[in-house]
Amino acid sequence: MSTEEKKNFEPTQGDQQEPVISRRYFLAGTACLSVATAVSLSPLLNAEEVPSGDEFIQKHYKELTVEDKKEIFARLEAQVKEKYGVAAKISDPQPIDDVEFAYVLNLGRCIGCRKCVYACMDENNQSRSPQKQYIRVLKMKQGTINLETSSHDYPEKEASSEDFFYMPVACQQCREPKCIEVCPVKATWKEKDGIVVVDYNWCIGCRYCEAACPYHARRFNFAKPQISAQELNPDMGYLSNRPRYMGVMEKCTFCLHKTRRGEYPACMEVCPTGSRQFGNLRDPESTVRKIIEQERVFVLKQEAGTLPKFYYTFAK
Amino acid sequence: MKTGFSGFVGHAVKSVLTGNRTYTLWMFGLIVISLFGLNAFSRQIAYGLYTTGMGDEVSWGLYISNFAFLVGMAAAAVMMVIPAYIFKDEEIHKVVIFTELWAIAALIMCLLFITADIGRPDRLWHMIPVIGVFNWPMSLLTWDVLVLNGYLLLNLYVCGYVLYRQYNGQKLVARHYIPFVFLAIAWAPLIHTITAFLFQGLAARPFWHSGLIAPRFLASAFAAGPAFIILVFKLMEYFKCCKIHEGVIAKIRIIVTVSLLCNLLLVGSELFTELYSGSEHSIHLSFLLGFHGKSVLAPWMWSAIGLNIIAAIILLLPVRNNPIFLNVACLMILVGIWVEKGLGFVISGFIPTPLGDFVQYQPSFNELVVCFGILAFGLLVYTALLKVAVPIINRATLPQKE
Repeated sequence: MSTEEKKNFEPTQGDQQEPVISRRYFLAGTACLSVATAVSLSPLLNAEEVPSGDEFIQKHYKELTVEDKKEIFARLEAQVKEKYGVAAKISDPQPIDDVEFAYVLNLGRCIGCRKCVYACMDENNQSRSPQKQYIRVLKMKQGTINLETSSHDYPEKEASSEDFFYMPVACQQCREPKCIEVCPVKATWKEKDGIVVVDYNWCIGCRYCEAACPYHARRFNFAKPQISAQELNPDMGYLSNRPRYMGVMEKCTFCLHKTRRGEYPACMEVCPTGSRQFGNLRDPESTVRKIIEQERVFVLKQEAGTLPKFYYTFAK
Repeated sequence: MKTGFSGFVGHAVKSVLTGNRTYTLWMFGLIVISLFGLNAFSRQIAYGLYTTGMGDEVSWGLYISNFAFLVGMAAAAVMMVIPAYIFKDEEIHKVVIFTELWAIAALIMCLLFITADIGRPDRLWHMIPVIGVFNWPMSLLTWDVLVLNGYLLLNLYVCGYVLYRQYNGQKLVARHYIPFVFLAIAWAPLIHTITAFLFQGLAARPFWHSGLIAPRFLASAFAAGPAFIILVFKLMEYFKCCKIHEGVIAKIRIIVTVSLLCNLLLVGSELFTELYSGSEHSIHLSFLLGFHGKSVLAPWMWSAIGLNIIAAIILLLPVRNNPIFLNVACLMILVGIWVEKGLGFVISGFIPTPLGDFVQYQPSFNELVVCFGILAFGLLVYTALLKVAVPIINRATLPQKE
């Protein structure tokens, strides 16, 4: 190559001659960069939650065999025992044939006391700090159902006011749930009995489902969930109220660990006004079925096209 | 000079590691900021996304904002590739690779912003088809993963091929790379359209649920991307890296002007529909603009609209030929579109929530450091790529001497 060509080939950034990197400078630079990178990564040493090897390679819930589940449940029970000193029992009740759960809530009766909100937390082992609530009670002005004018954090003394009505909203367990469509890894799905669940070990935490939900029903664990041993409910469902992880999504599951055994969800059991009704939509004799057939009911945000199984009514 | 693959890699490493004082300081600064970003990201991994300003109400923040903006910046490279390869503009053809390299850097930033946003990066393998579960075609997020990575590979291949051949003084064989260039031309609008679909397909968020989002994304990207390229070319000339033909800047300027006007038309059309109809769904926009109580974003949004309109006026007047005015206009577009698309579009979709709760979003310091870290790392990658490419392209575009 001629000198002229060579000169043209060299970078023309100021320097006429390309400086030669000495071995010493190169090694010193590499060493500095490595140390700086290691220092930058140091907060990882204090990580609040580090997945174990087994947790890291755990498969999707639907691919787990009976053996796998046994092992995982035992592992989780041991973890609860170690951390809280509580002997928890993790169950995995399956959907019952010919059962599809539905909810009816009578807005004419609800007084906005929020007992359901806290009973739900007690039952479902949500994080207490920061506090995660599945049910949100909206204090609505009489004469409108405009959500934008509702109040979400009214003080307790403002409950049961004549000038307002109260609208508790939680997961509507839609027949066409947008949240499960958008999930990139199918970590959330609709069970045979219509309950939408999350695999807490499969969710990657992208929060796309939270953006897609028209009812603001999903909750994300931005921090490590904190709950005390006294508050912990030892009766745990694998797909419902077992302890959650940092960085994953959760939501109302109609208390499936109770309801699939024939019990009522916690929010209904606690309601002092009898505003809440829960039951099997496919049973013509069930209360929910009768209310839906005989009274005037509506669903929230029908225009979203998600076909909720959570009905509201304004009865006396 | 050593040829072949090892020679090429050796040259690349050497040219990245050496340079004059300005280059060294610039790279050193970017490395320091990147490391601060890495440190903030490590803290986020350790303590969770609680370290950001996001919450269940505003559940996507600056990370997704920057992501949406940078997908556009990556897609915008096509606005230089089209004149170079379809209209066979020789002057643009000489420098088109610098914009393709920018697409690579922008895509790397996109992927980093997504990684920063997700709650469990350790579970990213759940998305890998076969060993994980890939919800394709139902989830638009899986489409986005496919098109972004595909576009990254296309650009890596085309740039790698061109640079490698030219470094070795070999002729470019059209059938070895032109088909990929044309594929990339079709692919580029796709990445931004699918990113728009990711938002506009959600009926739960009326602010995003508009058929205008994809065209708006494209128009704003084709204004902001080439505006950035103009600034890069000017800087490359300033630092005497290479000669950019005057006509090139003028042509890019026309692209910027037309795209910016299209974007203003689309934004205006959206503003009219929402505000004139006054339906319940226009609450997002009226809140964003500060007509409905105090909004943190209102001053940002008004500044963005102002910046875009003033830039459009500059570009339409003869002062556009004044380099200083042109630079200022390009900078205004870059900032204006970033605010409009990032803060204005992404964050406003969450205010109010679907249940009508007005919760403001303010990024945390840690979140800001992560953002700056990723942006610095992207610029670091781009500078390094240019450092390798510029001398090779300079030599290849020299008049042939015997």
